[in-house]
Amino acid sequence: MTAADVLLLGLGAVAVGSGLLVVTTRHLVRAGLYLVVCLGAVAGLYLVLTAELVAWVQVLIYVGAVVVLLLFAVMLTRAPIGASDDLDRPGWPALLVGGGAGLGLAALLVDAFRWTKVDLPEAGTAERLGTEIFRSWVLPFEVLSVLLLAALVGAIVVSRPDIGTRE
Amino acid sequence: MIVAQDPTLQDFGHDPWWLIIAKIVAIFVFGLVMTLLGVWFERRVVARMAVRPGLNQAGPFGLLQTLADGLKGAFKEDIMPRTADKVVFFFAPTIAVICGFTALSVIPFGPMVSIFGHKTALQVTDVPVSVLLVFACSGMAVYGIVLGGWASGSTYPLLGGLRSSAQMISYEVSMGLSIVAVFMTAGSASTSQIVAAQRSGQPISFFGLDLTAPGWYAILLIPSFLIFCIAAVGETNRAPFDLPEAESELVAGYMTEYSSLKFLLFMMSEYVAMVGMSAMVTTLFLGGWRAPAPITTFWAGANSGWWPLLWITAKIVIMLFVFVWLRATLPRMRYDTFMRLGWRVLLPINLVWILVLAAIKVLREDVDSTSRNLILAGAIVAALLAALLWPSKKKPPAPTLEELAKSRPAGSFPLPPMDLQVPPSPRARRAVAEREPANVGAAPEGEQE
Repeated sequence: MTAADVLLLGLGAVAVGSGLLVVTTRHLVRAGLYLVVCLGAVAGLYLVLTAELVAWVQVLIYVGAVVVLLLFAVMLTRAPIGASDDLDRPGWPALLVGGGAGLGLAALLVDAFRWTKVDLPEAGTAERLGTEIFRSWVLPFEVLSVLLLAALVGAIVVSRPDIGTRE
Repeated sequence: MIVAQDPTLQDFGHDPWWLIIAKIVAIFVFGLVMTLLGVWFERRVVARMAVRPGLNQAGPFGLLQTLADGLKGAFKEDIMPRTADKVVFFFAPTIAVICGFTALSVIPFGPMVSIFGHKTALQVTDVPVSVLLVFACSGMAVYGIVLGGWASGSTYPLLGGLRSSAQMISYEVSMGLSIVAVFMTAGSASTSQIVAAQRSGQPISFFGLDLTAPGWYAILLIPSFLIFCIAAVGETNRAPFDLPEAESELVAGYMTEYSSLKFLLFMMSEYVAMVGMSAMVTTLFLGGWRAPAPITTFWAGANSGWWPLLWITAKIVIMLFVFVWLRATLPRMRYDTFMRLGWRVLLPINLVWILVLAAIKVLREDVDSTSRNLILAGAIVAALLAALLWPSKKKPPAPTLEELAKSRPAGSFPLPPMDLQVPPSPRARRAVAEREPANVGAAPEGEQE
């Protein structure tokens, strides 16, 4: 086992463990903090795989913006300190969906690759990433952008009842 | 002529362990000293602008005042509010400080120098995307503030934390977009390469005229520079954007409940973030550690050896002065105007500017001259047409009171009738009746109305 393997395993364990804590803790804000740890560990995985740009963008977007927004929303509403005992969580369906997806993907990947050795391609620099996205994957990229834009507009329309209603 | 040796990315990562530790300690000391002197500088400058003497008791020019304040603060009682979330309350200030110092580690302070025989760059480390690293650090620093505000378990800190999170996210967007312009021009996202790219101006030919474009991006990309500076003030929670700690509204915002060393850590994180942002502005827009233009023409060695430390420190101090100047001059903005500035002014301007910049880049590099002139003419005509034919915004008629009253949502409070005449209160009536008539001197007959 190389150092990279050990790091990957360790970071993976951190990601999965903190991910479990996110859904099991009763402290609302701490769940957000565990999510930060989880996403940070995923960024660490990218770093080990020498994809620096992806790693820092992961930190920038998910840790620096998305979870901050989540915390913002929590604090805007209740911001409870200490455990909240009135959380209702449909545990079993979530376990079924989440565990099913995770195990299914894991089984699929394990079955697909077995013990094939995959050589790491050259480091994931910004240039290579840009070429990949805007040459081979430009259509999915654009579709995703349109989807996000639609979600954005939809959120504004839903949250502003004064738009589009007739007297 | 001695030519400054620009480090390339291959030059990093070969330092012996003692050199790495020495560099990290040097960065830490730099941040600490800049904090101590920064507080003193700010208080002196603000005092001077307010025509006061300012600090002048401890040490020469009051230089030791911050040290004295810090030592005194460290010996104060450390108060932990009973309603606080203990763990998060404890760690929040450290998050803020650590993020501030980490951001300093990729700032290039100078070219290749020789330290005890080792050729090394005056920079702790550099990676191909180091600007993003700084940016990620300043994005994570908000956790210190938000969590500190939340974990205090009281209302003013919570409001301060809320404000700062909204503020930092809004201004980070504008900031990121202005960095995009730098990336596009420099062709790299590493701090040392961006400094190297500002070494000299690029020759440009403009309709047959041969000019040299300025090297500093502050001049070349002036919209990005201005927006970055505004966003940097917003990002560091400094006046006029210091809404998270607005003392007239929120006591001290997120640090209201903090005391002793934890409070000092928050203060330090603010100043380290200021220094980091100034260093970032210097690196991205003001030529980094390179000496400003007139110096290098008559002193060729200005950019080599250890001299660049002087230039970059001078530039950082100038940027710090701008921070202090803004604080001393401008009143604090209201929250909604502040948000409107970020989202409705800075962001659209930045987007349009990046679009224009990309168009210029494509025109310069990929298009031959005849079609370039055609495209330019077309663009000018289109812009003129758009300016001429832009539909002027028709103001909707202001709704009357009746319409406003009718459009209220169900379940609102009942409204009094529009033509309600409020009778004066008994006390007011009595006061009016008892008052001497105002024309008592003018009308000696005593006619009362």
